[in-house]
Amino acid sequence: MENPPLLDVRDLKIQFSTDDGPFDAVKGVSFTVSKGETLAIVGESGSGKSVTALSLTRLLPSPPARYPSGEILFRGENVLKMPPKRLREIRGGGIAYIFQEPSTSLNPVYTIRSQIAEAIKLHRPDVKDVDSEIVKWLDAVGIVNPAQRMNDYPHQLSGGMQQRAMIAMALSCQPDLLVADEPTTALDVTIQAQILDQLRELRAKLDMAIILITHNFAIIRGLCDKVAVMFRGDIVEYGPADDVLSRPQHPYTRALIDCIPRLGARQERLRTIDYEALTKS
Amino acid sequence: MIAFLVRRLLISLVLMFFISLISFFIVTLTPGSPYPWGEMNPKVSPAMKENFRKQFHLDEPLIQQYWLNMRDLFTGNLRSIKDGRPVIERIGEAIPPTLALNFTSILIALSFGLLFGVWSARTVGRWQDTALSVLMFAFLALPTFWVSYLAIIGITKTFGLPLLGTHSFSLEYPNALSRFLDYAWHLALPATILALAGIASQSRYVRASMLESLSEDYIRTARSKGLDESTVHYKHALRNSLRPVITGIGALLPALIGGSIIIETIFAYPGIGRLGYQAVLERDYPLLVALNFITAALVLLGNLIADVLYAVVDPRVRLE
Amino acid sequence: MEPRSPAQRVFARFRSDRIAILSTAVIVLLLVTALVFWIFSLTGIDFPADPNATNLQAKLQPPSFEHWLGTDNLGRDVLSRVLHGSYISLTVGFVAVAVALGIGVGVGAISGYFGGWVDNTLMRIVDSIICFPTFFLILSAVALVGPSLLNIVIVIGLVSWTQTARLVRAEFLTLRESQYVKAARSLGQNAVPIIFRHILPNAAAPIFVTAVIGIPEAILTEAGLSYLGFGVQPPQATWGNIIADGKSYILDAWWLIVFPGIAIFISALAFFLAGDALRRASSSKSESN
Repeated sequence: MENPPLLDVRDLKIQFSTDDGPFDAVKGVSFTVSKGETLAIVGESGSGKSVTALSLTRLLPSPPARYPSGEILFRGENVLKMPPKRLREIRGGGIAYIFQEPSTSLNPVYTIRSQIAEAIKLHRPDVKDVDSEIVKWLDAVGIVNPAQRMNDYPHQLSGGMQQRAMIAMALSCQPDLLVADEPTTALDVTIQAQILDQLRELRAKLDMAIILITHNFAIIRGLCDKVAVMFRGDIVEYGPADDVLSRPQHPYTRALIDCIPRLGARQERLRTIDYEALTKS
Repeated sequence: MIAFLVRRLLISLVLMFFISLISFFIVTLTPGSPYPWGEMNPKVSPAMKENFRKQFHLDEPLIQQYWLNMRDLFTGNLRSIKDGRPVIERIGEAIPPTLALNFTSILIALSFGLLFGVWSARTVGRWQDTALSVLMFAFLALPTFWVSYLAIIGITKTFGLPLLGTHSFSLEYPNALSRFLDYAWHLALPATILALAGIASQSRYVRASMLESLSEDYIRTARSKGLDESTVHYKHALRNSLRPVITGIGALLPALIGGSIIIETIFAYPGIGRLGYQAVLERDYPLLVALNFITAALVLLGNLIADVLYAVVDPRVRLE
Repeated sequence: MEPRSPAQRVFARFRSDRIAILSTAVIVLLLVTALVFWIFSLTGIDFPADPNATNLQAKLQPPSFEHWLGTDNLGRDVLSRVLHGSYISLTVGFVAVAVALGIGVGVGAISGYFGGWVDNTLMRIVDSIICFPTFFLILSAVALVGPSLLNIVIVIGLVSWTQTARLVRAEFLTLRESQYVKAARSLGQNAVPIIFRHILPNAAAPIFVTAVIGIPEAILTEAGLSYLGFGVQPPQATWGNIIADGKSYILDAWWLIVFPGIAIFISALAFFLAGDALRRASSSKSESN
């Protein structure tokens, strides 16, 4: 038997209370992530993938969110049953996040420096020279002239630079697991590629596990070890990335993969997904 | 920043013009006799009427009247009907006590408004929030003069302490401290009652604004870093919620000055409010025009200061 | 789960709110009382007593079985005066708000529809009016035109339309830029009817909330004017002028001050709470859960 996985999610259900009664956003999903491994959770908006990602450190506002069943074991500890103080140690220190909208995810009234410093002071109190640590991480994520840039306010940076700053902030706490929730969706295509390259490079360097949440199968190739495909609150397909990409079993996965525009392939029109057929199956 | 200030200043000048027009026309365009004594008063001689017409340029065309009255106001030629003193002088005397009263009230309204608003936002959806909300609307629903009376009855009957005026009469102060305490005591009750509505509106602003900030993405980021709820609320959300708090001061001012009419009358406090009530009672038109104009101008100035303060708080405005 | 319209949703949320139910009940009770005593005063029914009948032998009596809320300095029954004051106070609230709504919707629509310098001028006027200490402006105007029920509601209305105007204007501006109005325009249709057909449903909730909140504000303003002697004139009782009449006797006859004050306080609180509950129910973001 190998070591227990870094993250072990078992039969996780997430429910939201609404005006029209409870709504099941996630209907019992299970997956694992080992140390240094990269898992992609793929699905369209509303499939429950972001909700799943946020639940890993209970970031969903509660109420309305509830966890009627399931376990989220991080290093063997159940996140759902953690006292608040322990949970805050895990947040940032064990599991760090980067989000979809870098422009709104950084606090507009504080400098990049103060926002990163806050994270470092919290999780690595032994670091003496916080400023040079900030410079080191900003440099690592490819921000030019970091000693100067760190004194900028978020709105003084471009979208790509903001996302790099977010990544630097997440990494500066040296987490074991980075959750990247649609990290490139809000960015230009060229910037997207740069950010993904950056993540790939950092993953190799830091031996850190990553959960990449995306709706886009195209960005998974070469970055992820495993893929979980989510559809309407369920994981409909789960396995090694190569298998899922080359031999998709579930019709929804096939449909998603078919939607990737391929260079050189002759297609009259963009493929769309036939939902009616899917719900019947 | 400079451009922002210049723009605000220009807009303020335009507003100032409208304010002067409105305050002038309240008196001039209101139907009824132009004379404060009424058309038929037998005690008023034709000479008095003539004098009045001349002093307020009533024979000139309307635009000319407006212009001449404004000029007179600033040159000290606009005089009170009651005692013939320049209105600007009488208003000048009443401003310091009113500033002391309103400044104290603003401090009370801001600090308690902030406290209650943040508390409400922190406990949103729980009984504390509901109770605070009801309490805040209760503050709004209390008639000022009624509360004042109840407070005066309560305090004079239980403690037998003097309350009215700016200070106690025929009292020898042994030192500066006792003098200050006496003045502060006389200020405390009217300032608190005057501030009640302000506490309520301010706390509602803060609450709404805090809730909006708390739903922002950067709050999720702050939580995802592992920050505790106090830091999330007081450092990340509160700072972003300050705009309505600061601009709220602008909205607070007219309510305070309006409210000080009743408060100052009840507490015999010699400020703008009591002067205004006297002007109304004596139908002292020049004083009425000038008071409306000057109080509105003060509010405008307050708004301008709030805007500049806001620019200091928010880096995004600073760079515009 | 049956699909529900937005209005039904608002109503369902409002109905599940305890404070909303309680404050609405108080308002209904007030309205019924006001209506009943208005009819009494028209038909000359003196229940529980004639509010204007003086009896100097029985002046300044504390609450008793005969006079539940005591009598005033002229021996008039305070309970009768408070009850008969209800419809005047409520009339002030409702009519003043109606005047403010009329002006506010008109100015807001003109401003939002024409835009440009018209909008600019009107909005600068709104900004200037907001600078005036409202109560002082109202007091000055009422003193000049003479205090009567009609004058008071008109003056209060004339001063308190600014918020409504801003709301309506904002709604107009949003709608003018909205895709469906643009689409309709590009098809050669006139934008005006479209805007009007859509403006009311869209701006209705915030305008209604402003109106509900405006009612207690007008009632409180009238009470303040009454206190200063510029409210609705005696012998007609209003909650404000009962207190004003009693102010000379505050140390001897607390009931003259306390009871009408409670009447003002409770009705104002009920309207404020109902208005806020309505705002909560109609806001798209649910803030409490």
